[in-house]
Amino acid sequence: MEPSEIELTVNGQLRRLRLDPRTSLLDALREHLDLTGTKKGCNQGACGACTILLNGKRIVSCLTLAVMHDGAEVTTIEGLMKGGELHPLQAAFIEHEGFQCGYCTPGQIMSGVGCIAEGHAHSAEEIRFWMSGNICRCGAYQGIVAAITDAAGRSAQ
Amino acid sequence: MISFSLEKVNTEREAIRAAAMGGRFIAGGTTLIDLMREEVERPERLIDINALPMGGIRVDGADLVIGALARMAEVAAHPDTMHLQPLIAESLIEGASPQLRNMASIGGNLLQRVRCPYFRMLDAACNKRDPGSGCAAIEGVNGGHAILGTSDQCVATHPSDLAVALVALSATMRVRGPQGERSFPVEELYRLPGNTPHLEHTLLPEELIVEVRVPGGSYARRARYLKVRDRSSYEYALVSTAAALDIDGGVICQARIACGGVGTRPWRMRACEAALIRKAPDRQNFEAAAQLALEGTHALSGNRYKVELLPRTIVRALQMAGEIA
Repeated sequence: MEPSEIELTVNGQLRRLRLDPRTSLLDALREHLDLTGTKKGCNQGACGACTILLNGKRIVSCLTLAVMHDGAEVTTIEGLMKGGELHPLQAAFIEHEGFQCGYCTPGQIMSGVGCIAEGHAHSAEEIRFWMSGNICRCGAYQGIVAAITDAAGRSAQ
Repeated sequence: MISFSLEKVNTEREAIRAAAMGGRFIAGGTTLIDLMREEVERPERLIDINALPMGGIRVDGADLVIGALARMAEVAAHPDTMHLQPLIAESLIEGASPQLRNMASIGGNLLQRVRCPYFRMLDAACNKRDPGSGCAAIEGVNGGHAILGTSDQCVATHPSDLAVALVALSATMRVRGPQGERSFPVEELYRLPGNTPHLEHTLLPEELIVEVRVPGGSYARRARYLKVRDRSSYEYALVSTAAALDIDGGVICQARIACGGVGTRPWRMRACEAALIRKAPDRQNFEAAAQLALEGTHALSGNRYKVELLPRTIVRALQMAGEIA
């Protein structure tokens, strides 16, 4: 099949890509743009490891075709740091030990950024419900909920 | 995933024409891409319909009108949905995950394929995937399968929560095809498996879902969606119930009940509804009505628990709806 050409703004930078239509947005980021922070877990939309922000909204990048997003804006874990400073939620994950092996962490953080922006981080119970699309096999959920609670509190101030 | 072509269309006419030539519509893609990767779905031509002007939510008189391309999250969070049809918002939020709800369209939600594990396993018998090959679920692992509307060829449940709420509320849908438009109840979108489980819905291949219309009703504000499942979020229903009640002067004037997780399609419980009319909204009446849901049920080796769970879920959902002031 003919490759398609698309443009994506990834972490603020305009990137041009020539892709087989079968390429998922996840594979476009990892294999074509070398942005390997976004992880491939289940590759079927169940684990949340590949969560990114697409036009400001959290999605699972494994279940969408890159060529369907010509002109879109993508934010990955690599794009959260600003001016050499960690994003407040990245810092909170370190402070509260929101991970063990770290494989789910980029997806957890991107999903957490979305969760806070949507206004779904007012209580631990609400965070657990609205973070249910991200699975952590190590079971670091206590730390993850604490980190999001902390970062949500700071962003509200 | 097999190779395919992808074309973007800008008008409904182009979309319908491309579908008439064998193309498959894609919107959010959350079901289709997953199944294409497994090669359960093997379309050679995809039609990206996301640029069509079929998104958004509007109010038309007492009706809530939802565009087929509106995303689940957007519909659930919309003030008109929450105000006019809180049952729709609740059923949406109880389905999928936040990420998937940002992606999945309303039309795609209604047309999502079943979650029977054998449907996804290319080496297992499945009449839905491969007509005539048999049904591995009937003698297999079938704890999640249906007890209503099954046949000896297929016992898979319909997975959509939204569809259950829409069927309870007598919603209709407008579709457009080469011959023009038609509207019909969402309930009539779904076929029973019978001898043709590979035919799941009543749309023609080139017909496009344009919008879903939810009529207003005196019961719309006193409505709840209860989803019983193995974990409390991001899981398919074992049994779910959408229940809506109009209560006046201490008696039920109207009742709307539909259930998910139990039927091969979203299952409206009309006998239960009728039994509640002019009755007090109390536990005893709810229990008597809920027993009527068991008419015609047929349990498999692994899902007998649903025969007990179904009326209990209906009773609890009715109580939750009745508690709304």
